[in-house]
Amino acid sequence: MGKLEVQNLMKSFGSNQVLHQLSFSIQDGEFVSILGPSGSGKSTLFNLIGGIMKPDRGSIHLNDRDITGLRGNISYMPQAPSLFPWRTVLQNVLLGEEIAHGKVDEEQARAMIMKAGLEGYEDAYPHELSGGMKQRVSFLRSMKSPQSLLCLDEPFSALDEFTRAEMQKWLLSIWEQHRRSILFVTHNIEEALFLSDRIIVLSQKPAAIKKELVIPFVRPRDEELVLSNAFLEYKTQLYYELRE
Amino acid sequence: MALILLIMVWELASKLFSIQEWLLPAPSSIGQEAIAGWGDYKHHLGATIQLSMMGFVIGSSVGIIVAVCLHLMSVLREALYPLLIISQNIPIIILAPLLVVWFGFGILPKIIVITLVCFFPITIAALDGFRQTSGELKHYMEMAGANKRQIFCKLEWPHALSSLFSGLKIAATYSVMGAVISEWLGASEGMGYYMTLASSSFRTDRVFVAILFIVTLSLLFFTLLSYAERKVVKAPAQQED
Ligand SMILES: Nc1ncnc2c1ncn2[C@@H]1O[C@H](COP(=O)(O)OP(=O)(O)OP(=O)(O)O)[C@@H](O)[C@H]1O
Ligand SMILES: [Mg+2]
Repeated sequence: MGKLEVQNLMKSFGSNQVLHQLSFSIQDGEFVSILGPSGSGKSTLFNLIGGIMKPDRGSIHLNDRDITGLRGNISYMPQAPSLFPWRTVLQNVLLGEEIAHGKVDEEQARAMIMKAGLEGYEDAYPHELSGGMKQRVSFLRSMKSPQSLLCLDEPFSALDEFTRAEMQKWLLSIWEQHRRSILFVTHNIEEALFLSDRIIVLSQKPAAIKKELVIPFVRPRDEELVLSNAFLEYKTQLYYELRE
Repeated sequence: MALILLIMVWELASKLFSIQEWLLPAPSSIGQEAIAGWGDYKHHLGATIQLSMMGFVIGSSVGIIVAVCLHLMSVLREALYPLLIISQNIPIIILAPLLVVWFGFGILPKIIVITLVCFFPITIAALDGFRQTSGELKHYMEMAGANKRQIFCKLEWPHALSSLFSGLKIAATYSVMGAVISEWLGASEGMGYYMTLASSSFRTDRVFVAILFIVTLSLLFFTLLSYAERKVVKAPAQQED
């Protein structure tokens, strides 16, 4: 179960209004992307859902429980990998679970690391990994956290084009095995289209919902999809939506 | 290298200008005394090693505990930080005799002296280490729902380890100094006591023997801690991109 319900969320910092009347929901097992220009308040939205900030108004429910201002209900993957330099890959992957219930399932983590193409790196330290590998570890850490909703904040924005495309495919392949609900933030149109079931477009500051778009492409998706006409049509539509 | 050269120049100079033994003994005669006098001073050396180790352990424990308390209770930090600095501005030389007056000639005033010189570098180093924790990692911990204790144990403490070890290394060398100073002031054994005896009877060569061992002891402690640091601190503490 991973059903998120956000209602009438408002947030300002002093006189700087960042979020305006934000309402949306995510169904169980759905992959939803939030597409918005830089500085529109996407990270702020995550801070609110994660409970480290309180909204001025509005509420957040997860699986029909009010989690507004409460921490520990989501698993989170930040923009930078934020791995702990003194922990090995395995220990980093286990961290989210460790925080959530103190006991960990090392066998499963090892299996995940292997499937993620990081075999042999279980005992390596983060400084021995490439940027893409670090992001994989960071993603595994959030996948291994027990919460039902995954919040990913522009996880691939620091990677180069090639690594990025590869990571997107990789992410889908892992996600399709587990089917957790994902809220994915990005300002890259193609990325949002390729990954999501649904895209929510935010306006410039203050961020309000400008448009919601269901993306009907069948899964599993492959990279050819990016070249199809249907994909281009959606891309154009989103492009103009963001430009206005 | 520079050290060897210095010793050679020193040896030569004392031969050439025939400097008197009680003013500045030649390195060779210091060496002779170090070997000949071993039986006389070895128990003094043992006493100093014991005292400085004990002082170091107690002093660093106090230092770490103070740092953790100040870090976890910000009210305390505001109130006590200035006091910490003041404690370092009282000259130990002045304080030590007072401690003897208050606590007698036993081991207690000596341990207090060593603790006073030891805890400060450790407390400051640990506090800095706690506070310089990367904001990025802290944000992750908070978003993942970590409580204050988890943030401390899993993030701030391991992050502070390498800076804590810098503090420990400084404190280890200070602890030998502290032990010697406290022995000057009221002891019946130890290198500090041996030194006072030697200098009041103009046995300058023995003073130098004492200095030699004090320096060696400091270096030894320093090396031991560097070794422990390599064992304990597993990865470079600096933030990866
Ligand atoms: N803690 C804070 N205090 C004051 N203002 C803040 C705070 N956090 C964010 N803001 C402001 O809120 C606005 C939105 O910031 P936010 O980081 O949420 O944007 P974003 O959409 O994530 O941007 P980006 O795509 O660059 O990551 C910015 O104008 C920022 O200055
Ligand atoms: Mg952001």
